[in-house]
Amino acid sequence: MDSTTTKSVLEVMHLSAGYGEVLILNDVCLQVAEGEMVAVIGPNGAGKSTLMKANVGLVRPRSGRVLFMGEDIAGLPPEQVVARGICYVPQADNVFPSLTVQENLEMGAYLVRRGLQERLDRAFALFPELAARRRERAGRLSGGQRQMLALARAVVLEPRLLLLDEPSAGLAPRMVELVFAKVREINAAGVPVLMVEQNAREALKLAHRAYVLAMGQNRLEGPADELLTSEEVARVYLGE
Amino acid sequence: MAVAARAASLAREGWQGLRYRLEALTGAVLWALVVGFLLGTAVSSPENFAIGLVVGSVYALAALGLTLLYGVLRFAHFAHGDLMMLGGYLAYFALTGIVVGARRDTQLPAALESLPGATSRLGDLTFGYGLVLAALVSCAVLALLCIGLDRAIYRPLRQRRAGIVIFAVASLGVAIAARSLMLLVWGPNPRLYVEGVFPAHRFPFGVQLKSDQVFTLAVAVALAGLVYLLLFRTRLGKAMRAMADNPDLARVSGIATEGVVIRTWALGGALMAVAGVLLALQAQLNPQLGFVVLLPVFAGAILGGIGNPLGALLGALVVAVAQEASVGWELFGRQLDPTYKPGVAFVILIVMLLLRPRGLLGAKT
Repeated sequence: MDSTTTKSVLEVMHLSAGYGEVLILNDVCLQVAEGEMVAVIGPNGAGKSTLMKANVGLVRPRSGRVLFMGEDIAGLPPEQVVARGICYVPQADNVFPSLTVQENLEMGAYLVRRGLQERLDRAFALFPELAARRRERAGRLSGGQRQMLALARAVVLEPRLLLLDEPSAGLAPRMVELVFAKVREINAAGVPVLMVEQNAREALKLAHRAYVLAMGQNRLEGPADELLTSEEVARVYLGE
Repeated sequence: MAVAARAASLAREGWQGLRYRLEALTGAVLWALVVGFLLGTAVSSPENFAIGLVVGSVYALAALGLTLLYGVLRFAHFAHGDLMMLGGYLAYFALTGIVVGARRDTQLPAALESLPGATSRLGDLTFGYGLVLAALVSCAVLALLCIGLDRAIYRPLRQRRAGIVIFAVASLGVAIAARSLMLLVWGPNPRLYVEGVFPAHRFPFGVQLKSDQVFTLAVAVALAGLVYLLLFRTRLGKAMRAMADNPDLARVSGIATEGVVIRTWALGGALMAVAGVLLALQAQLNPQLGFVVLLPVFAGAILGGIGNPLGALLGALVVAVAQEASVGWELFGRQLDPTYKPGVAFVILIVMLLLRPRGLLGAKT
């Protein structure tokens, strides 16, 4: 997919962000186009999670712009970012453990007051394994089920852009496959996805395009299949 | 290397499994102790048990507010007891219009008790509908006051990302200010809503309770039920629980957290006012009393698991029953003096913090 001819949904321009004195992201640029699945890969500490948090307003950007559908959303509080249609799944602690499965989805759909039941029904249709456990507390789910619930909580709002922070972290290989299959399904339904992943090889197989981030800066970018076969990426980030 | 790493991980799992089992064991033992204690007290001294339930229902309303505030705002609200007492005084003021004067009390020309029939006793209770209205006024005023305090003090601290110690000390300051205000406006002498001696009713097993005490129990049960419905059946209540679970996830779910904070303060303030009025009915209005009850209220919230609403109710009841039952206990051949009641709450608090800081029903971490 050529991002110069397709309308871009998200455009991160020269973004710098950090915590206190420490600068984690330094002048990062990336784009996500309509219908696209984009992966950001890179070693531990490259700033991938900070990039996600800066996009949704959990970390205030130091400088740069985050354009969503052409509007600069950099520095907006998270609840206003969500209201514009960006849903985000954090890497850890991404469900409300003391709430039931259904209540988790209700919180995901907090911003819509009408048609809640239809939304829940659609979400349960997409995640049938959760429907059977809708009255169970999320804290009692297994790691894989929890990750599914985290995805469901984010898509119940029917986002215009989905941000995923390491959806495969801490999961058994079989569960990683299931979660990635679900992500592909969501993307195939037309939802653009921006995903950061430690599991670079799987992420590159899944994504259309990818960026390689290191030390808080862009290193490489390109179609995912090219990066997958690129020698430099293989040597540095795929551990070969 | 691989073998060593595997052995280490096995050892770690074994250790964690052991810890998990130990914790489950202390949990089971504590539950058995609590249930056994409650049953034992109910059988051996039903009259103390009944008073404990009445006092406990006042503590429970206070602990419920405390634990909700802890869950949503994540700090120990040390002003809870004094603001609660202030709620009792606000109801007194709305009812009688009395403030302390230089030589004798001055009374405002208009107050709720000047409404026709406002002080004629409701059934067998000591008070009329005037006090009920006054309590509602106090709820509204205290809710607004709490929201104001949050805007003026706690929100700036939140925005500065202040640590929990700063919040605790700030709320201690509010507590002292509230106590001084009560001393200034109503003086140090205890006051009552209604003067007079009222007989108690006799119930089976030697239990004697006044109508006001039965009323207190009923109000506490009804309010706890309403709060339960709010927390588990409404959008706002679920958002409050979600915030207590994970504030960042709540924000990226689109929950306007500042709005939830305001509503939590309003609910907490209203609960404090009701608890204050009921405490004054059970004991008296006294500027020092709020700080005295803060300790058992905290002990109850921690016993049940701080941040856990059901735990707060249970814990507050247990602490109150223990305090009342302690009056009958003998230690070194002497009967325990009632002035040791706060000590009982302290012992429960310390034992829980040592053995099981997450409480009976599990705390928010």
